[in-house]
Amino acid sequence: MKRWILIAVLGLVVAGTAFWGYQEHQEKNAILIQAENTYQRAFHELAYHIDLLHDEIGTALAMNSDQRLSPQMVEIWRLTSEASSDVNQLPLGLLPFNKTEEFLSNIGDFTYRTAIRNLDDEPLSDEETETLKNLYEQSAEIERELRQVQHLVLEENLRWMDVQMALADEDAQVDNTVIDGLKTVEKTVEGFSEADVDSSIIGTSAKNHQYKFLQGSKDIDENEALRISKELFKIEDESQIRITETGNGAEVPMYSASYTNGDRHGYLDITKQGGNPISLLVERPIGDKKISLNEGTERAEEYIEKLGFEDMILFQSSEYDNIGAYSFLYSQDGVRIYSDAIEVKVALDNGDILGLTAQNFMQNHKERDIPQPDITASEAKEMVNSNVDIQEEFLAVIDNDLGEEVLTHEFLGIYGDDTYRIFINAMNGQEEKVEKLGGSEINYAVN
Amino acid sequence: MVYKRTCLLLMVICTMFIAFESTNPTKTVHAFSPQVIQQGATGDDVIELQARLQYIGFYNGKIDGVFGWGTYWALRNFQYEFGMKVDGLAGQKTKDKLVQVTDYDESFVKEQIAKGNKFTHYGGVDKEKQSAPQPQKQQPKQDGGAKQEQQPANDGGEQAQQQAEPAPQEEQDEQPAEQGADADAQAEGPATTAVNVPQGFSQNDIQLMANAVYGEARGEPYEGQVAVAAVILNRVESATFPNTVSGVIFEPRAFTAVADGQIWLTPNERAREAVLDAINGWDPTGNAIYYFNPDTATSSWIWSRPQIKRIGKHIFCK
Repeated sequence: MKRWILIAVLGLVVAGTAFWGYQEHQEKNAILIQAENTYQRAFHELAYHIDLLHDEIGTALAMNSDQRLSPQMVEIWRLTSEASSDVNQLPLGLLPFNKTEEFLSNIGDFTYRTAIRNLDDEPLSDEETETLKNLYEQSAEIERELRQVQHLVLEENLRWMDVQMALADEDAQVDNTVIDGLKTVEKTVEGFSEADVDSSIIGTSAKNHQYKFLQGSKDIDENEALRISKELFKIEDESQIRITETGNGAEVPMYSASYTNGDRHGYLDITKQGGNPISLLVERPIGDKKISLNEGTERAEEYIEKLGFEDMILFQSSEYDNIGAYSFLYSQDGVRIYSDAIEVKVALDNGDILGLTAQNFMQNHKERDIPQPDITASEAKEMVNSNVDIQEEFLAVIDNDLGEEVLTHEFLGIYGDDTYRIFINAMNGQEEKVEKLGGSEINYAVN
Repeated sequence: MVYKRTCLLLMVICTMFIAFESTNPTKTVHAFSPQVIQQGATGDDVIELQARLQYIGFYNGKIDGVFGWGTYWALRNFQYEFGMKVDGLAGQKTKDKLVQVTDYDESFVKEQIAKGNKFTHYGGVDKEKQSAPQPQKQQPKQDGGAKQEQQPANDGGEQAQQQAEPAPQEEQDEQPAEQGADADAQAEGPATTAVNVPQGFSQNDIQLMANAVYGEARGEPYEGQVAVAAVILNRVESATFPNTVSGVIFEPRAFTAVADGQIWLTPNERAREAVLDAINGWDPTGNAIYYFNPDTATSSWIWSRPQIKRIGKHIFCK
């Protein structure tokens, strides 16, 4: 009897210990993951901030007006401080990374000094422009090296915790790509608004435009929604379609339709008012490329015309893995309206439409009274930095920093190796926006 | 001015003749496919276009197979100098002209790309001088001579040239063997050495987002994945959240997949495509900044948010 009790007690103790041990282990793991996440965040933010820093310095180079330049310098200054705080959060205690920090603080000092100066009285001297140019080139190199490291980190799922261990244990001969990569970054340096991510200015209109342009005043019912989605999905059998309604948090009441048929899947949002399509997504395996990006453009144009969007002009096109992505802008009497944008996706294997989003268009579109510009294009050109070689010009309506729509002269120009889009207010000649255009990047996977 | 232009034209014509004369007999008939090449396109035709434009000194960037801004301006300059319609589209006429006045050494270019070499394709320059093996930092002097001769043909792009040497886009230093690992990311991707990325985003940003989307919503329908990516972007724009993609993703306690490490699963192509859609403007959530799974949500606060809609297992709210 006694023996049995003893066994039971011991058994309990063992089970208890095991349970406790397991819990401790779980907790330790959770904390490890959390620490790892903090490091990851600091690192990816560093890479992003350096990217941005590089772009912003480039933009500053292409700017002309001093009213824009001061805020731009402040922006760069802010980015340098963010980037150096990112560096400081990385577990690099044992790795000499001070040159990079020095570089950051150099940029910071320089931009701070120029930002607080009255640039109207004392514009940038040639020397200072030269300095800025050098900083631009140096930041390009750091950006490139960091991206390379970042690619490796993502590709090989590298852990900062391991980096830390490797750094602590100097004897261990580990092949640590992160450390090597960061050392390269450091070596490179030795040799020499974020507020709105500025992804692109398309559709960046003020938030309070609330779906002004919904055709039709009558609300549609579910049957009608079903009919419309059948038509847009191009399928016969409506029993496959599932319709749901939006809740009370939606900005505009909508029906959402989805269907699945084999490996084909579709999703559609249409407004209740008037049954306007807001976004369409079709997912299916894409075969080999049979039609060109250019033919895809024609399909996309036909499609939006059929849906009743008029006067849309192609603004951008890109090819991603056999899919063509197109964005169109509304053009009112030859003036491009940036906030009224529509995006279309075309499969380049057979030309099917894979997606449409008209959210920006529906939110912002209205008939506008576009005034005659007070400033001619050639006058506006004078306002552009004389180093920029202007290649193309348009009239455009964009949203300025305050979220108001303004009429501008838009110029596309080259400065150095980069292309810039520059907007000059057509009423008062103010430089409204300068944007450095990217759009392609080295393919790390192949190189 | 007029005199200068005539002069330019003469020189161009001269160069043209030289090129034509010397290459005509050997020219293989291979040339562009019938497509009209426009900005944003990728692939073999773009490689050929870039190589041919470089041959006569209009294009000084890397021959990477992506029709970006550099190629666009080069093409427009070409069209301008040859008195064609300047539209930045490589249509039949433009392509015919290009084929007529330039030579394209396909095997050379393809070989260089396959080897990952740094190379150029200027006309009248020894091929061997135009390529440098992989881990090379210094760009060989190769193009100096060629450029001088051809410079006149090119007025808009010459600024581009001045900086072409030390400037961006020519890296590719030590890149360990990881071609294979990426085969799925760039499935049978042809020989292009660059890719299109949406304005303002790098491949790494996209990859990181794809990781998050895959970790959070891999079992969801496609629009559910686009929706999660859209929420991340909406948060970046929102004043109450961090202003960077990585900041939003790694914000403590924001995403469960981050907290439990699922974010480090390798995402599939579908997640990446969903992220691209979201970046390109698709937002099935209607500007949501929160979402939760009603079956597992533990916080009662989340239920108090105004709900927009349900996609798959997730409820999206303001």
